[in-house]
Order: sequence, then C-alpha cells, then structure tokens
Amino acid sequence: MTTHVLSDTRVLTARSLTHIVRSPDTIITTAVTPIALMLLFVYVFGGAIQTGGTESYIDYMLPGILLITIASGVAYTAYRLFLDLQGGIFQRFQSMPIARSSVLWGHVLTSLVANLVSVAIVVGVAFIMGFRTGASVGAWLAVIGILVLFTLALTWIAVIAGLSAKTVDGASAFSYPLIFLPFISSAFVPTDSMPGPVAWFAENQPVTSIVDTTRALFAGQPVGTDIWVALAWLVGIMAVAFVLAMRIYRRKAA
Amino acid sequence: MTTATQPAASRPGAPAAPAIRVQGVEKSFKDLQVLKAVDFDVAKGSIFALLGSNGAGKTTLVNILSTLMKSDAGTATVEGFDVADSPGDVRRSISLTGQFAAVDEVLTGRENLVLVARLRHQKDPGRIADDLLARFSLTDAGDRRAATYSGGMRRRLDIAMSLIGDPPVVFLDEPTTGLDPQARIEVWQTVKALADGGTTVLLTTQYLDEAEQLADRIAILHEGVIIRNGTLAELKRLLPAAKVEYVEKQPSLEEVFLALVGEPAQAGEPAASVPTAPAAPSTKESR
Ligand SMILES: Nc1ncnc2c1ncn2[C@@H]1O[C@H](COP(=O)(O)OP(=O)(O)O)[C@@H](O)[C@H]1O
Ligand SMILES: [Mg+2]
Repeated sequence: MTTHVLSDTRVLTARSLTHIVRSPDTIITTAVTPIALMLLFVYVFGGAIQTGGTESYIDYMLPGILLITIASGVAYTAYRLFLDLQGGIFQRFQSMPIARSSVLWGHVLTSLVANLVSVAIVVGVAFIMGFRTGASVGAWLAVIGILVLFTLALTWIAVIAGLSAKTVDGASAFSYPLIFLPFISSAFVPTDSMPGPVAWFAENQPVTSIVDTTRALFAGQPVGTDIWVALAWLVGIMAVAFVLAMRIYRRKAA
Repeated sequence: MTTATQPAASRPGAPAAPAIRVQGVEKSFKDLQVLKAVDFDVAKGSIFALLGSNGAGKTTLVNILSTLMKSDAGTATVEGFDVADSPGDVRRSISLTGQFAAVDEVLTGRENLVLVARLRHQKDPGRIADDLLARFSLTDAGDRRAATYSGGMRRRLDIAMSLIGDPPVVFLDEPTTGLDPQARIEVWQTVKALADGGTTVLLTTQYLDEAEQLADRIAILHEGVIIRNGTLAELKRLLPAAKVEYVEKQPSLEEVFLALVGEPAQAGEPAASVPTAPAAPSTKESR
C-alpha cells in the first residue's frame, strides 16, 4: 500500500472539518435536541421521577443525554459520506493514488471532533442548569475515553449506513433506534421500575453499563465491574462495525 | 472484420508501446452484458475518442480503466500497468474526469485545487492552484465556493483538478455534455493543448463533431463491441464516395455513425443504404 495514510487522512479530515465549519448548524442541531430533552426532564418530569439516590436529577440523567447527543450527531457523518458518494468526489478520490482507507478515516475523525464539540456544548449547558460533579481529572479522562469509544463505535455504524444508503433519508434513518436506546436503559429511570421483560432488556443492553459507569465516574464513586462490561460492549460493537464497514467499502471500491 | 490496419497515429518521437491497451474486456451487470469483447490500443500522446450512444458502456469502460470497477474478463493496461494487478501504479499514471463534475461544492475553487495537490503530494499546492486558476480563467472566481459556479466553470475546475501532478494519461468521460457552445470550445482547446504537451487523452462522447474535431483515432462502441476503430479519414472511407452532382460532399462522421449503428447485422460491410447527400449541414470547423 502507500506510505501516505497519515498525511492523506490529515488532508481529508481537514477538508471534512471545513464542511462543518462552513455549516456549523449541524453541530448546533446536534446539541439542541439533547438540551431540549434536558430541560424537559429536569424542569417538567424530573420532579416526579424517583431515582432512589441522593444526587440531583440532572446529575443522574446527563450521561444518557450525552449518549443521545452522540447518537444523533453520527447521523451527519452518514449524511456527509452519502453526499460524497453521490457527488462524484468519492470516485475522484478512488481514482487517485491516495491511501484508500484515508477517505473513510477522514470522515471518522471529523465525526469524532464534531461530536465532542456537541458534547462539550451540552455539558456546558448542563453546568448552567446545575450539574455538579466531584470527578477527579482521572475520572474526567475516563469519561472522555468512554465517550470517544462510543462515538467511534457509532461512527463506524454510520459509515455502514452512509455507504449502503440509497437515499439521503436512508442514510440517517439508522440513528433513530440508537437515539431511542437510552430511553430503555438506566439513563432516565432506574431499570427496576420497569416491567419484567423491559427491565431485562434494559439491564442487558449496552447503554445501561455505559450510563452506569459514566454516572459513577461523574459522582466520584467506584465503577465496579460495570466499566468492563461497558468497555467490552464498546470495543465489540466498534470491531464488528469496523469490519463490516471496511468490507462494504472494499466492495464499493472494487 | 477490423479495418484498423494502419498503425495508430503517434506523434514524432513517441515510443511504440501503447499508452492504453484493452484486450477482450467484458463486463456484465446481472443479466445485462454491457461490454462483450472490447479491444483497442491508444498510442502515447494521442487523442482517442470512444464514441457511443447513451448506455453504450462508455462510462463502464472508463471506470474499468481507471480502476473503479473490475472487468469480468479480458485485460487492460495503462502505461504498461495492468489495471487489475497494479491499480496503485495505474492510479499514479492517470487522472479521471468523470461524467459528472466531481468538485467539492462547499470548498472554493482554489481550495479544491489545493486539496487535490495535497493528495497528490505536490510540493507547492498554493502555487499549483493559482497557476491552474489562471490557466482556466478562474482566477476571479477562485475564492468563491464551487457551488456558485456555472456548469462551464465547474467543468473547467473539474478538468483543472485532474491535471494536477501531470498524469501521462487523462480520461475524460463526456467532458462537454451539458455545456454551452462557448464552454465546449474552451474544453476542446484544453484537450488539444494537453495532447500537444504529450499527454494521452481518452475521451468518451456522444457527439460526433467532438470526435471529429479532437480525435486522432475514433472507436465506435456499439452493443458491447468496438464496431469500428480508425482515423476520421478511414471511417469516412467506409462509405461509398459521395455521388458527384453539382457539389462533392464527403459523408460526415454522423452519417457514417448512423449507417453503421443502423445496420448492426452487416457490421462487416459498408452499409448499403447510405444517403448520398448529407442530411444535416456539416458542423466541421477548421482545426
Ligand atoms: N452499476 C451498474 N449497475 C447496473 N447497471 C449498470 C451500472 N452501470 C451501468 N449500468 C448499465 O450499463 C449500461 C451502460 O452504462 P454506461 O457505461 O453508463 O453507458 P454510457 O456511459 O455509454 O452512457 C447502461 O444500460 C446502464 O444502465
Ligand atoms: Mg456515461
């Protein structure tokens, strides 16, 4: 292969980031829905929700809100990839002597940057609304690491969607179930308040372990075994999505 | 059945090995056999026109030659590199200007050029971009987003992006489709200048006058095979000489094309029912 993977990836990431800088509405839109949810849950439903803990409700729900932010943000990655495929620029890249995987990595790294910016905005608003954390620097780094892994895992799913979509709407439709998953998890209400089968699903789906880990890190409490379950899910999903995305990409490129 | 007995029109000093060699290339999409057995050579530094109606398989062939697609059978080499075995070497030797302009609409014209220059690992991307903007009369529009460009400007930018790094072989897939006459002539001038500089150009077109204007050799792709391949003069000789009445008129390429395509069953013979007078005024201009 070529030795230019890194420089080609850097150039293509810069290109894709330029797109975001020129239409920052994609970042704003990504942040608006979770902020609205936060307002709704804290000021409307929050008073009626019993979490069984001593923390304020915003502290309880912020981890789930951050996952929703990322789940809706990656839809733009699928969208941008789809537009590249439609517009012919993808073909141009494919016919040039550049490292093949750079075209995808450019979109993936852009997705990471864009989603972390959206997450930062949401966390900022949460602070204004009263979110407080006793997290140490190490705990913050762990939270960031988990969110980065979550973004990468979902981004590779977005790459699959962007590469295989037939229409613009199809490219982003995959994100709806992902946005919905936190609602059937421990993100907003404790899972033991749910009826049997739903509680079983909620306790065993990836979002719950990720939310519980993040919540514990923010609260400065021990994470227990949750973090290993969360990491196993994240790395597993990322690996499967990556392999599938690369397979589809190679077929597309051949 | 081939009538291409003369050596390809090569420029003085050009080596004999062809820049592009296509042998027995086949390609099907499910049940649709688009290319049945395509053979042709393109001499270094020449302009080769692949002429065919809409849906003839021109884009499919260009995609195979530019490594975007794999053929089902046959071999194709570009600058001596097999497109299936050494796609990386082929990509270093070519540039593709696809049927639909492949520019980044969000970026400015200049940024598009800098992007490609960076990806081709050129030394001074900014200078290359400025030079090309000037050469393609886009300097004033260079800092505007490509989304605001007219069709002709977009096509010029598209071709300019393809020329970065001076690839020895350039593929142009229907480079003037959808352009106004003025923009068409500008593209023609660019193509001629490229070939004059020693670049090999393979262009596809549905326009007979375009092939007539530009090409050293013309191949007609019809129903999956090259039914004719020759110089303009050779193709014109396929038809009986025009009947002398008051004015002698050579058959235009359009008449040759229509006669050949209209009679696929007799592809080996000059078509019998050829109009003796041109049906439409000739569009030939002096080169
Ligand atoms: N990816 C594809 N899948 C299925 N059919 C295709 C595909 N690409 C082209 N075709 C079909 O192959 C034929 C030739 O297409 P194309 O090479 O684009 O022709 P041209 O460029 O000469 O107009 C057309 O009938 C077209 O519909
Ligand atoms: Mg075509």
